[in-house]
Amino acid sequence: MSSITTPMASQVALEPGAEAPDFRLPSTPDQMVGLHEFRGRNVVLVFYPADWSPVCGDQTTLYNELLPEFQRLNSVLLGISVDGPWCHLAFARDRKLRFPLLADFEPKGSVARCYGVYRLQDGFCERALFVIDEGGIIRWSYVSPIGVNPGADGILAALEALVPQEKKR
Amino acid sequence: MTISSSPRLTTPVTDRDHIKGSPKALVTLVEYGDYECPHCGRAYSIVEEICREARDQLLFAFRNFPLTQSHEHAEMAAEAAEAAAAQQRFWEMHRILFTHQSELATSNLLQYASRLGMDTEQFRHALTTHAFRDRVHEEFMSGVRSGVNGTPTFFINGARYDGPVDVSSLSTAVGLRRRPE
Repeated sequence: MSSITTPMASQVALEPGAEAPDFRLPSTPDQMVGLHEFRGRNVVLVFYPADWSPVCGDQTTLYNELLPEFQRLNSVLLGISVDGPWCHLAFARDRKLRFPLLADFEPKGSVARCYGVYRLQDGFCERALFVIDEGGIIRWSYVSPIGVNPGADGILAALEALVPQEKKR
Repeated sequence: MTISSSPRLTTPVTDRDHIKGSPKALVTLVEYGDYECPHCGRAYSIVEEICREARDQLLFAFRNFPLTQSHEHAEMAAEAAEAAAAQQRFWEMHRILFTHQSELATSNLLQYASRLGMDTEQFRHALTTHAFRDRVHEEFMSGVRSGVNGTPTFFINGARYDGPVDVSSLSTAVGLRRRPE
């Protein structure tokens, strides 16, 4: 099937094997976080459409519960949406989130575009997951239908495939 | 990478589970829930209705999935349910917890145990020593591995159900024939 390019053609998420594009985004109104700062650890990038989803037990809440598991697997979790840093601050406080939410705010969606997960027609990110290894290579990626929370099983399986047997508890 | 089928339960229902209905039923409904979650509170009466109608055509199992960072009392409520199970009072405690979601402090849990005629000292000891914390965590992680993505999450014959949570949709999904109104 040939692909048709239109001005609003949808993006294709980066695949395993690709180098994860580096970026630097605000994590709070006065702090920036760069992907390269996490070399030596696995990174789970969670792109999501927007803060303030009305459902309790949504993706961010679930991952917040699993932070000890991610830590055990030598991983750090970073959430990314096009919301601004003040919105993220309020959302993180409201949901008691203990992992960084990064603001892909200016230029809007530029990091999401690098990863192939920006919804051009909607102006927000796909619900997409990337597992990046200690050397900065994408080892797993998944784009969920926008209305379906992808859960954590895929992330955990991908991380466990990266961790040498002797490091696992 | 896309997933073409819905996530599946990684841990099948066994006699370690809290079950109602018939183990011989052709249809199994598993719920992962949090006692302090309002959506689960709403789902409680829906599931009760479905179990009542289905009788022995359905096997229902409930597993704990407390969102401890969001819901302050969810973990203790889950442990209380397990402690009640150890005294053969699981479903009674389950009902009280879901119908008293704003009263899940430890003092409340002790009152419920007393109300159910349980050995309250044994119950209190189980809570203070967190005797059932590992069991609750094991259920939680089995849910995570199975693709539980929020609460409540249902699995019908091992496949995650992503449809609406209401009597009509769920009873259709489990294959029940609705009685004419």
